[in-house]
Amino acid sequence: MVAGVDQVWAWLGEVPDPEIPVISLTDLGIIRGVAYQGDTLVVTVTPTYSGCPATSVINFEIAKKLRDNGVSDLRLERQLSPPWTTDWITPEARAALKAYGIAPPIDGTAADGVIAGRIARLSGDNLRVECPRCGSTATEKVSQFGSTPCKASYRCTDCLEPFDYFKCI
Amino acid sequence: MAPAMSDIMTPDAAELAKDAPGEGRAPLAEGTAEHDLFIGLTRLGDNTLILGHRVSEWCGHSPVLEEDIALANMALDLIGQTQLWLGLAGEVEGAGRDADALAFRRDAWDFRNILLVERPNGDFGQTLMRQFLFDAWHAPMLTALEGSSDDRIADIARKAGKEVAYHIERSADLVIRLGDGTEESRARMQTALDTLWPYVGEMFIGDVTDARLASAGIMPAPESLRSAWDASVDQVLAEATLTRPESTFAHKGGRQGRHTEHMGHLLAPMQWLQRAYPGARW
Repeated sequence: MVAGVDQVWAWLGEVPDPEIPVISLTDLGIIRGVAYQGDTLVVTVTPTYSGCPATSVINFEIAKKLRDNGVSDLRLERQLSPPWTTDWITPEARAALKAYGIAPPIDGTAADGVIAGRIARLSGDNLRVECPRCGSTATEKVSQFGSTPCKASYRCTDCLEPFDYFKCI
Repeated sequence: MAPAMSDIMTPDAAELAKDAPGEGRAPLAEGTAEHDLFIGLTRLGDNTLILGHRVSEWCGHSPVLEEDIALANMALDLIGQTQLWLGLAGEVEGAGRDADALAFRRDAWDFRNILLVERPNGDFGQTLMRQFLFDAWHAPMLTALEGSSDDRIADIARKAGKEVAYHIERSADLVIRLGDGTEESRARMQTALDTLWPYVGEMFIGDVTDARLASAGIMPAPESLRSAWDASVDQVLAEATLTRPESTFAHKGGRQGRHTEHMGHLLAPMQWLQRAYPGARW
């Protein structure tokens, strides 16, 4: 019995992101396609950042989940275009990120390759990121880079806690 | 430096390649479209590889924890982009070399990166200035490549461009903060700029390969990126209260495989494991 495409999506929805285990791979928006080519199940995955070290773990977890459910004829394909964007993170996942202590991305602030615009906003402190702990917007950027490629480091000036912000890309 | 030196020292790469599995195919003929594309792609991938390696040398040594994290993240982005560029270069070459083979089993004269990125890190200010001067070129380069007539190149450029937007935001921000900072930090940033300046011109000097790639709409002519670079560099240096050097002298040759003495010293630790244990995996 061959698993239906909807069933495969449901299984992939149970695979946690290896670095942020409160959200799933489908929540993250990196599964770009599930389809059969003949008898072969082809799962298309797009990387978050081109050098993200979780990519190989993610591929391993996908293959393991599907094989555990009896899918033996499987191929993983990488798709670069369109490039992944944080806009694809689901509303449920944003709530889960916040509850986990990571400020979710603020849509519409991705660079989108508009370099000139980024250079023009050099101060970089033009985002009001809400503290996931106390809800204050009195926060400041510590660094545009954080504990993983997808996060920036922020600090709350009210409750004084440092926190991660899932930055837009 | 005697020009004949490289002829004496250079082993016959094609002969050596016969011993390496999957690498025995005849090299692409110079002047063909495939060879041009291979060269263009290694120029892109070698820039990101060598700069990524240089930046990674800071890991565990940065002045503050946040900068250590930022530098390691940038190195990771650059090396991720290298996998895409050199992976495609290997595909185009069709000789069975993947990104790892190109990164770890070529010698200095086969690398096509600009000399700027192989410069030693120097102090933190020099590392940042090198990054900014490179990012100010990298960003418009990727924007131009998004319009490449080769879809594979456009796809990689769109992916990398999103990451590089964060790189230039950071490097420009820090050049301004340190340039327009204390007397000590300003002096160091000006010294860094003066030291690196003779290496920026190479980014904008095209050769016949560039001209053919540009006329095919595959990659922009290097000269065409100068005005965008000038605009962002002038803007940032002005805000940083730094003085743009007047000299137009440019060291060059890296894009043709003629490197400074630093290149071998960089490749030795980077390539050591795959040279000592070819094909080692874990």
